[in-house]
Amino acid sequence: MPAQSIWTLLSWGPDGWSDDIASGVLVTIVLALATLPIGLTIGFFVAFAKQHEEPSLRLAANIYTTVFRGLPELVTLFLFFFGMPLLLQHIVRLFNPNATIDVNSFIAGMIVLSLIFSSYASEVFLSAFRAIPKGQYEGGYAIGLAKWQTMRLIILPQLIRIAFPGLENCWLSLLKDTSLVSVVNLAETLRQSGVAARVTKHAFLFYSVAALIFLALAILSSIGTSYILRYLGRREAR
Amino acid sequence: MSVSQAIVVDKPPPLARGWPRARIVGYAMVGVWILFGLGIVAYLVYAWNPEFFARYAPAYLQGLGTTLSLVSISMVLGAIFSLPVAYGRMSKNWLLSGLAYCYVYFFRGTPLLVQTYLVYYGVGSFRPELETVGLWWFFREAFYCGVFAFSLNTAAYQAEILRGAIESVPRGQWEGAASLGLHKLQTLRKVILPQAIIVALRPYGNELILMIKASAIVAIITVYDLMGNAKLAYAKSFDIQAYIWVAIVYLVMVEILRHGVEWIERRITVHLHR
Repeated sequence: MPAQSIWTLLSWGPDGWSDDIASGVLVTIVLALATLPIGLTIGFFVAFAKQHEEPSLRLAANIYTTVFRGLPELVTLFLFFFGMPLLLQHIVRLFNPNATIDVNSFIAGMIVLSLIFSSYASEVFLSAFRAIPKGQYEGGYAIGLAKWQTMRLIILPQLIRIAFPGLENCWLSLLKDTSLVSVVNLAETLRQSGVAARVTKHAFLFYSVAALIFLALAILSSIGTSYILRYLGRREAR
Repeated sequence: MSVSQAIVVDKPPPLARGWPRARIVGYAMVGVWILFGLGIVAYLVYAWNPEFFARYAPAYLQGLGTTLSLVSISMVLGAIFSLPVAYGRMSKNWLLSGLAYCYVYFFRGTPLLVQTYLVYYGVGSFRPELETVGLWWFFREAFYCGVFAFSLNTAAYQAEILRGAIESVPRGQWEGAASLGLHKLQTLRKVILPQAIIVALRPYGNELILMIKASAIVAIITVYDLMGNAKLAYAKSFDIQAYIWVAIVYLVMVEILRHGVEWIERRITVHLHR
């Protein structure tokens, strides 16, 4: 093997690996950002069900969080990645006997991360729901707002403000969990660094690069969230 | 009696009667879960394969042992190593606290999978150097690498738990103990820690659960823990029940631990309830 300097390995272009790893970083960010709205929506509705007075709704929501918080992320991922195609295949073959189904690893990762993220986010939303006094609902009904209007105009703005710090933690663990999807061959940061490590035999270098990238993403998101927090605080002060 | 009349019983409002929309949705959701559960049970009965079971059940048991020993060794080593880190985090010396802060930030800010790779593949790539130092036997074994990475990782989390718990005890407790003539170590052991444990118990329980869940990661660096054996069984048989069984085992473990922690918490906070 020709002795290549570290800087050649880390350069941009055909000799270096920066461009490959950068494309992986892009996949990581897109995956996390694509998961976020789905996970937040599911998490909100699960939390809503958990604090509802209807026992059956609470039971269903509690089963959801118990299952997806209790299973290791990796097991959930493998179950979906290998189980989903089997299930879909059974269903599709009822109509078209020759069909084969392949689940895209990005989609599988997105589904699994949404499930995990939403079950953690629902706990955060739930404690935020509990922090909002009942009088807020009653006040909304008293001025003639419908239930969903009260929720949207009165409860939700306060809910987001209270839940925000907890959701920030959920986001950081989502960012870290995206690395697990590399196991089912999604070409994200860790996968690309792993390829570089295997080809160049500089494992320590490239895995350190991957670690630093995740660290940088965490730092960037805490800068971003502090801006949002300041914005939310300004809204409150007005 | 006027006393009994004065007590106002706070009852929840009566449930709505009939079939409001929430109840229909709730029953439908519970129905979906029941169907889902029945579906899995039906599948496991339908796919029941004594040969599969005879072949892989011992491997699963062995894997369970590997998982449990990995988690318990890492938790204990992490707890020991978290002491200096927590001390550093609370120290007034800027160098110590800066170092401890960087350590905690690194291990909490990067994925555990990356840390595990960094130890197993990264440190493992310095084979000649390690051989001269005489540490190669340690970093050659995937299991030891897993223990190493997991201990460092959990030490960072446990240091934060410890720090949070100790700082949650009011300053007056330190001052009161000092005025009684206890020195710092005695204060910590006899006054602070008993109060801090109550605060720390739940986070410690959560950390243990997180470790059990995270331990599935070592399957990727070729350790045959519970997940590793499931991977092996799936690779040999292409039978999805390999993963379903392992999911059930993990779920049962986590639930037992979660309820155990809740039970202990109820026991040690008896004096706080009225």
